[in-house]
Amino acid sequence: MEPPNVPDTYDLIVLGSGPGGYVAAIRAAQLGLKTAIVERELLGGICLNWGCIPTKALLRSAEVFHYMQHAKDYGLVANQISADLEAVVKRSRGVAKQLNQGVTHLMKKNKIDVHMGDGKLTGKGKLSVTKDGKTTELTARNIIVATGARARDLPFAKADGKRIWTYRHAMTPPEMPTKLLVVGSGAIGIEFASFYRDMGADVTVVEMLDRLVPVEDADVSAFLEKAVKKQGMTTMTGAGVEKLEVSPDGVKASIKGKDGKTVAQEFSHVIVAIGIVPNTENIGLEALGVKTDRGHIVTDGMCRTNVEGIYAIGDVTAPPWLAHKASHEGVIAAEAIAGKHPHAMDPKNIPGCTYCRPQIASVGLTEAKAKEAGYEVRVGNFPFIGNGKAIALGEPEGFVKTVFDAKTGELLGAHMIGAEVTELIQGYTVGKTGELTEAELMETVFPHPTLSEMMHESVLAAYGRALHI
Amino acid sequence: MPIELKMPALSPTMEEGTLAKWLVKEGDTVKSGDIMAEIETDKATMEFEAVDEGTIAKIVVPEGTDGVKVGAVIALIAGEGEDASAAASAPAPSPSPAKAGEGQAGKAGQGEGSAAPSPSPSQSAGADRAPPSPAKAGEGLEGRVKASPLARRMAEAKGIDLGALQGSGPGGRIVKADIEGAQPGAAPKVAAAPAAAPAPAPAPAAPAAPFETEIPHEAVKLSNMRKTIARRLTEAKSTIPHIYLTVDIRLDALLKLRGELNGALAARNVKLSVNDLLIKALAVALKQVPECNVSFTPDQLIKYSRADISVAVSIPGGLITPIVTNADGKGVAAISSEMHELASRAKDGKLQPHEYQGGTASLSNMGMFGIKQFEAVINPPQGMIMAIGAGEKRPYVVDDALQIATVMSATGSFDHRAIDGADGARLMKVFKELVEAPLGMVA
Ligand SMILES: Cc1cc2nc3c(=O)[nH]c(=O)nc-3n(C[C@H](O)[C@H](O)[C@H](O)COP(=O)(O)OP(=O)(O)OC[C@H]3O[C@@H](n4cnc5c(N)ncnc54)[C@H](O)[C@@H]3O)c2cc1C
Repeated sequence: MEPPNVPDTYDLIVLGSGPGGYVAAIRAAQLGLKTAIVERELLGGICLNWGCIPTKALLRSAEVFHYMQHAKDYGLVANQISADLEAVVKRSRGVAKQLNQGVTHLMKKNKIDVHMGDGKLTGKGKLSVTKDGKTTELTARNIIVATGARARDLPFAKADGKRIWTYRHAMTPPEMPTKLLVVGSGAIGIEFASFYRDMGADVTVVEMLDRLVPVEDADVSAFLEKAVKKQGMTTMTGAGVEKLEVSPDGVKASIKGKDGKTVAQEFSHVIVAIGIVPNTENIGLEALGVKTDRGHIVTDGMCRTNVEGIYAIGDVTAPPWLAHKASHEGVIAAEAIAGKHPHAMDPKNIPGCTYCRPQIASVGLTEAKAKEAGYEVRVGNFPFIGNGKAIALGEPEGFVKTVFDAKTGELLGAHMIGAEVTELIQGYTVGKTGELTEAELMETVFPHPTLSEMMHESVLAAYGRALHI
Repeated sequence: MPIELKMPALSPTMEEGTLAKWLVKEGDTVKSGDIMAEIETDKATMEFEAVDEGTIAKIVVPEGTDGVKVGAVIALIAGEGEDASAAASAPAPSPSPAKAGEGQAGKAGQGEGSAAPSPSPSQSAGADRAPPSPAKAGEGLEGRVKASPLARRMAEAKGIDLGALQGSGPGGRIVKADIEGAQPGAAPKVAAAPAAAPAPAPAPAAPAAPFETEIPHEAVKLSNMRKTIARRLTEAKSTIPHIYLTVDIRLDALLKLRGELNGALAARNVKLSVNDLLIKALAVALKQVPECNVSFTPDQLIKYSRADISVAVSIPGGLITPIVTNADGKGVAAISSEMHELASRAKDGKLQPHEYQGGTASLSNMGMFGIKQFEAVINPPQGMIMAIGAGEKRPYVVDDALQIATVMSATGSFDHRAIDGADGARLMKVFKELVEAPLGMVA
């Protein structure tokens, strides 16, 4: 006889409702699986609430502010321009809230049970959810772990939210920083550096590796460094922060420079953006023997872990740690669970976008990585200054670089920096995913006048056929 | 209309073959099932059966012609009521419409390419406008071959037959990974490697300059088998970084067991050879060390969950490797009778392609020639081959005392791209242990 309160068995429980988890749940529900999602904080995860979206809202304000300051360049008059940080943040929170409610609606629409609380795997197909001291046990045939990640602290100084900030503090700042130190020049660091610089702060970026945005193509890094320096930012590459001493009115930072000398500098605030730590602790993974690598869950192309019935997606797994990668894996995992045969993820076809000013977007191998991999490459490069639309926009700075395999014409990588490039990169991504060669890209008619024409020209340039340079 | 008889594709990857012998002549009547010709492919000689009924109106390709493309018209048959002589003088069959895979993607054959694809595998031999590389056989059957532009271009450069591949992309589309997987040899889906000609010369190779020498000699035309052997061995040795691991293995226990088993099996008319037991040992070892039961492809490591052992058998004019499939799961008696049967058909050139194409690892035994030890060349896309030397009486130290023991040396050649030295070493160790304590593998 069954005890009366045996919980329903789900086909799938998704732990974590970020862009990985909630998309997996929707896809599973579409495929007819009885699905639940567990979230301890806010539906939508980091991306909607504390990541991609609110930062883009902030950066948009900074961009508009920047244009207002350059109104004259466009023949316009704008006097007494100023920024209201509190209102800018309020707008950003409003955008996040709107999208968070959107996810709530999507869960309802797809009849996905939402269990709010702290989730923990308690056995194969078993998961407990604890909220306010009350624990519910759920069972499922399959579980997707999508618990995401959090900011990594400096080993010698924990973020306090007052003087030392992680991204969460940086997007809801208690006050406007006057002299800001940003530690780390990855996407998150450089975006905040760009935001606060455009908002008027004095900004210094310290990067341990020898160039800014080190995962991007070296040409992009070099161009960015020049551009942000022109904006008045200070950059220190090959440098490391060794000590942070907090005082009532600031932070003293000891920074070891490229030359090996350590100097002390005063800042009003510090943003730490040195990477992420996956949320893999205390969710029952060890007891089940789920394999991890430096904390991140190890998965195969179908997002399966080494334990049957347990899948993992998004930031909690291997890089790149991007929202669209998490979502795409969510779809793959849901389809695999439903017995479909989804394609496996190919990291070489996952684009990456950074919304600093100028924007950066890329997909595939950098020129250096392609050469390292043994390819004989053909490289095309086309500057914004050769594009009519860029001139008309008043955005003549940047370039579009393409890297082809000289032997097969395969597009190995594309790297862009300049206005709106984050909206362009999908064109190359479609081409790469569809395995187009330089021939089809050349035969494609690009609309005029658009920035996208530079994508055409860059391909032509790789074969010595560019028209407008 | 006379019926066109076309060069058949006798294996999924066959592109051309030698019309070795006609067994019919013009004027003969044939009916379905009659053997009309013998066709030599890269590995075997096969019989070509009639499907249609009629009278042989004309033999288009004379016997002894080699390099006949699959799909080329080789003879014309006049159907019932047709006049054979009229049929013979009918206009020469025109080349079939260009296939989607031919020529520069989307360029050369635009008009033709969009013409309705012929429903039958009608590919004229000479199609003199295009290199012979792109899809032939499979393609005509289903019309257009779905392939990405990159895959088409890579296939063309490598001389890979798109029609013989199965695509892994959306809707069966052939993508880059499939071409890489089909690289000379490395195509688990494609059953066989030989189709993939090495890149440099996809077009019909210009005849090489005649070899000149003062020394009295006889020049023998290369057989297709010899060409295939040459190509595959060159490819293996020039693209696969081999590592070699040798162990000495005591055979006494295995010989004793073999004697006992043969005593017991005599009634069933089974006589186990040492080689049969070694096939089993290798298969079991591969199952225990799956890291060595693999194929390396540029993007993926293919890990097999079954051990199919290709066994090198020398045959007149060359070598062939019939396969004992699922050798780890078969009893030694079954392996023995299967091997016996495969080897005898191999010697008659009667193996079917699936019987010698594939396999997950190979075994080559030169013990019977008294070879003490040797290093064999990997048979791509496989990841390893075991080379067996002669079992001989050797001084052997057992429990710190010198004894005489029957010992053989075995050398594994491993594809070092796919298999690490330590894994190779583990396989050798397990193989040695199985042979030295053979009850473990027959149990
Ligand atoms: C400032 C910032 C800017 C970014 N900008 C971009 C960008 O522009 N583009 C981009 O692609 N990516 C960006 N990212 C990265 C992006 O946010 C992440 O890649 C993405 O959110 C990962 O999604 P996920 O589903 O794996 O995890 P998350 O979004 O981290 O979601 C995980 C969810 O799981 C919940 N959870 C964790 N543990 C438990 C538990 N035990 N029980 C219940 N719930 C749990 C968490 O509360 C969270 O809601 C940015 C990140 C940051 C921090």
